Amino acid sequence: MPAILRQTGFYLLVAFIVLFSVFPFYYAMLTSLKSGTGLFQVNYLPREIAWGNYAAILSDATFLRNLANSVFVASVVVVISLFLAVTAAYALSRIAFRGRTLLLLTVLAVSMFPQIAVLAGLFEVIRGLGLYNTLYSLIFAYMIFTLPFTVWVLTTFMRDLPIEIEEAAIVDGASPFTIVTKVFLPLMWPALVTTGLLAFIAAWNEFLFALTFVSNNDTRTVPVAIALLSGASAQEIPWGIIMAASVVVTVPLIVLVLIFQRKIISGLTAGGVKG
Amino acid sequence: MANVSLGVPPTEKAIETEELGPVRRSTLSRQRLRAAWLFLLPMIVVLALVAGWPLLRTIWLSFTDATLDTIGTAEFVGFRNYWEYVDYGDGTGEYFGLLHDPAWWGSVWNTVYYASISVVLETILGLVFALVLNAEFKGRALVRAAVLIPWAIPTVVSAKMWAWMLNDQFGIINDMLMTLGIISSPVAWTANPDTAMWAVIMVDVWKTTPFMTLLILAGLQMVPGDVYEAAKIDGISPVKVFFKVTLPLIRPAILVAVIFRALDALRVFDLIYVLTPNNSQTKTMSVYAQENLFQFNQFAQGSAASTFLFLIIAFITLFYIKVARLEFGGGK
Amino acid sequence: MLTRKLIAALGMTVFAVPGAIAAEISIVSGSVGPDIAELRAQLDEFEKQSQHKVTIVEMPASTTDQFGQYRLWLSAQNADIDVYRTDVIWAGQLAQHFVDLTEPMKDVVGDHLPSVIASQTVNGKLVAFPMFTDAPALYYRTDLLEKYGKEPPKTWEELTATAKEIQDAERAAGNTGMNGFVFQGAPYEGLTCDALEWVASSGGGQIVSPEGDITINNPQAVAALEMAKGWVGTIAPAGVLAYQEEESRGVWQTGNAVFMRNWPYAYALGNGADSPIKGKFEAVPLPAGSGGSSAACLGGWNLAVSEYSQEKEAAIELVRFLAAPEQQKARALGNARLPTIPALYEDAEIKEKAPLVAAWGQVVAAAVPRPSAATQGQYNEVSQNFWTAVNETLAGRGDAASNLQRLESQLRRLKRNAWK
Repeated sequence: MPAILRQTGFYLLVAFIVLFSVFPFYYAMLTSLKSGTGLFQVNYLPREIAWGNYAAILSDATFLRNLANSVFVASVVVVISLFLAVTAAYALSRIAFRGRTLLLLTVLAVSMFPQIAVLAGLFEVIRGLGLYNTLYSLIFAYMIFTLPFTVWVLTTFMRDLPIEIEEAAIVDGASPFTIVTKVFLPLMWPALVTTGLLAFIAAWNEFLFALTFVSNNDTRTVPVAIALLSGASAQEIPWGIIMAASVVVTVPLIVLVLIFQRKIISGLTAGGVKG
Repeated sequence: MANVSLGVPPTEKAIETEELGPVRRSTLSRQRLRAAWLFLLPMIVVLALVAGWPLLRTIWLSFTDATLDTIGTAEFVGFRNYWEYVDYGDGTGEYFGLLHDPAWWGSVWNTVYYASISVVLETILGLVFALVLNAEFKGRALVRAAVLIPWAIPTVVSAKMWAWMLNDQFGIINDMLMTLGIISSPVAWTANPDTAMWAVIMVDVWKTTPFMTLLILAGLQMVPGDVYEAAKIDGISPVKVFFKVTLPLIRPAILVAVIFRALDALRVFDLIYVLTPNNSQTKTMSVYAQENLFQFNQFAQGSAASTFLFLIIAFITLFYIKVARLEFGGGK
Repeated sequence: MLTRKLIAALGMTVFAVPGAIAAEISIVSGSVGPDIAELRAQLDEFEKQSQHKVTIVEMPASTTDQFGQYRLWLSAQNADIDVYRTDVIWAGQLAQHFVDLTEPMKDVVGDHLPSVIASQTVNGKLVAFPMFTDAPALYYRTDLLEKYGKEPPKTWEELTATAKEIQDAERAAGNTGMNGFVFQGAPYEGLTCDALEWVASSGGGQIVSPEGDITINNPQAVAALEMAKGWVGTIAPAGVLAYQEEESRGVWQTGNAVFMRNWPYAYALGNGADSPIKGKFEAVPLPAGSGGSSAACLGGWNLAVSEYSQEKEAAIELVRFLAAPEQQKARALGNARLPTIPALYEDAEIKEKAPLVAAWGQVVAAAVPRPSAATQGQYNEVSQNFWTAVNETLAGRGDAASNLQRLESQLRRLKRNAWK
């Protein structure tokens, strides 16, 4: 019966994978539905369903504002970095010029530079530009990690598209910008969705810049807002509310991932990962 | 769109590069070169402002006597933040500076240790996950969605979640392991010097295996199905097919995934900052730099650490590219 | 509604200082729910009296995060924030960015606890003015001590013996989760506090003396740390090496500890409606070591005026207001925040409505400051070196004597030019 054994083994592996991936989130949900001393008792299944933590977090106007901020920042970051990256990637992948490899390597170098090390310098730049304590400071700062990534992935993607698709347009005398918008963009949706989603998640999850560059309750984003959640005293940690907020913050991302999961996979397949 | 061709005049570089292209010197290729630089300009400006300038500031400050309060008026002091011998005048003296700080070398070791182990584990697990997800089975879409969940959770949040799960008294991990009889008394995962690093690695593996899985799965899906068909007909064992056919085909995908992950792992900050703050066993280079920059009164030495972190990462990357013979730039 | 407006208007005309112009100021404060609500209420009162407008900027509850941010803002000469709520240990490190409050406060400074004022004075400059103080105590289970016929311990030795006896007896009786003593052993600022208490109460000094001498490497300190190391794995769970306040409280509040070292906040929570130990515990000053007397780590929050503020006058006015006896009393009654004015511990209303606060008077009197004023800008690093040495000692990595020996040389390096 090796076939059946193999079958069982396979499904056990699948079960393990699902459990491994989902359990911590499930446990966060479980914790978010507890209250009081119940928090300090370990359960695997819900013993009580107390919506108090969710009621507390969703009736908090500041938290809702923070959610809106996060949506705004992450969306604008995606739009700007995709726009800059598509044109840059076209130049880097379809036009031969000297210093191209060097430029690509520089972009890669930027993507690996630790956030912590640019913090002080970036703070000076942001104050200099008058962006301090506005959401634009975050949109600007987040380019440091979204732009290199999107440029990188889109460059590899465009590089692998056949030369023929461009030739006709060039012969027709189309300008490079027309070629990008009319010829390449329609072909690139999978890659754009993938990189856009990755950029969105990166911007949505960012903590250090968000903590440093904005200082008002109204201008904060959700990761910082979660870090701000506190109990009745400095030492008390409101695990229940933190977990409820975490669930609220994570659910939109999971929904996005679910909606776009086919695109993510096909986007990466289409060329995101060619060596 | 007409303004595209107007833009910046062709630079010296752009003209020179025409030697690289087809020998045909046409207005067309000149127009394309001009467009290339115009397209690149906004990206270059943004990156210069957001990364280049701050980086240069950091490097410069590492050679000064800057403190956080005197950044503007810092004075050049040479290599003192890296290496300095102070003669006390009575025949004794002491070395100071980054390269003589045991805590720095400890954090270098921690970082390398953490990065190598977590990336290896993530690659293996990611490969397994990707192979499973690449197979046809009922509910595959659901499983695929489930796998992506950890990846979507903010690092700060997942660190908090795991801190809670790894809690020695109320944590569910200890409860599970004790129920299963694997351990007899609660383990203080994040506190015990022997397990703290493993706790961090565990969380990182959980959080980023989906990313590996995605990238490797993408590679797997590029392997044409008929390869497997042919192997099946020829009666070659699946294990052999995997090592002889699949693995070489997805090697580029794995190599790229590994470098992305490794670069991320080498500068890890927020996970450790939230999960095991202040633990000398898990202090990484980024944490060391952050402490010196903003917590301690050692801004210049923190800048030196940042500079060094950058150099180490750059060196590892270049070395990796050489060894893995990754292909960058344009040519196919 | 109308009458209220009328009264408000009247209030304004009565209290408005002639010539004062209404200013807009902002105060930044760690975000702790009830504290913020109370602060807002007091600010409303202040706005009514002064015509100034005050906004609160909230920050993470984590003091480390707050410190990092404030430091960055102050070094960038951020003019957006006028008043900072500062931790007791920040004075030395942020001194140059704050206005000297010696002159403006000279008429009221005598009313406050000298130890608190001393902790906020750096080279003769009064960097911040106290808002409320904080000091830990020893919590004990009245029911368990009664059951075994014990008195609350006066010395660490008594605590060790009592904790062991009750823990062993309870475990033998089937209560296997029982621990003798929980405290904060995680490598963080809290451990500096705990360990300072062990050392100071044993006559081992305050790590660095107020004069700036490194005193930590002494036999009393070694003995105190060896004593604490003996607790780990016997009367305290091994996991105590990762405990901050909340983890200790978790063990304590589920009824699984005989003793706990913690701050006053745990008192109200322990008496919460769903708490299993409700009404079964009390708190006393921490025990003393042999040849020493009880020492409690001085905590608490202060108010400082930014040097870069555009509205220094109004900001100082606000600090005066928030530190005044009326506001301190309101905080004591509302959130059990400990006043920095000794006279308030004798206040009849506080004694009646907030017995916890009144009872804490003797704890506060014995409070020992951390060496933050003496070590100035280097305090954070001094503290980290200290808590690392202590944590490693507790974890059995090297003995107390050699760890303190190493600590001494680390501190000497730090001291080089940093403090005298």
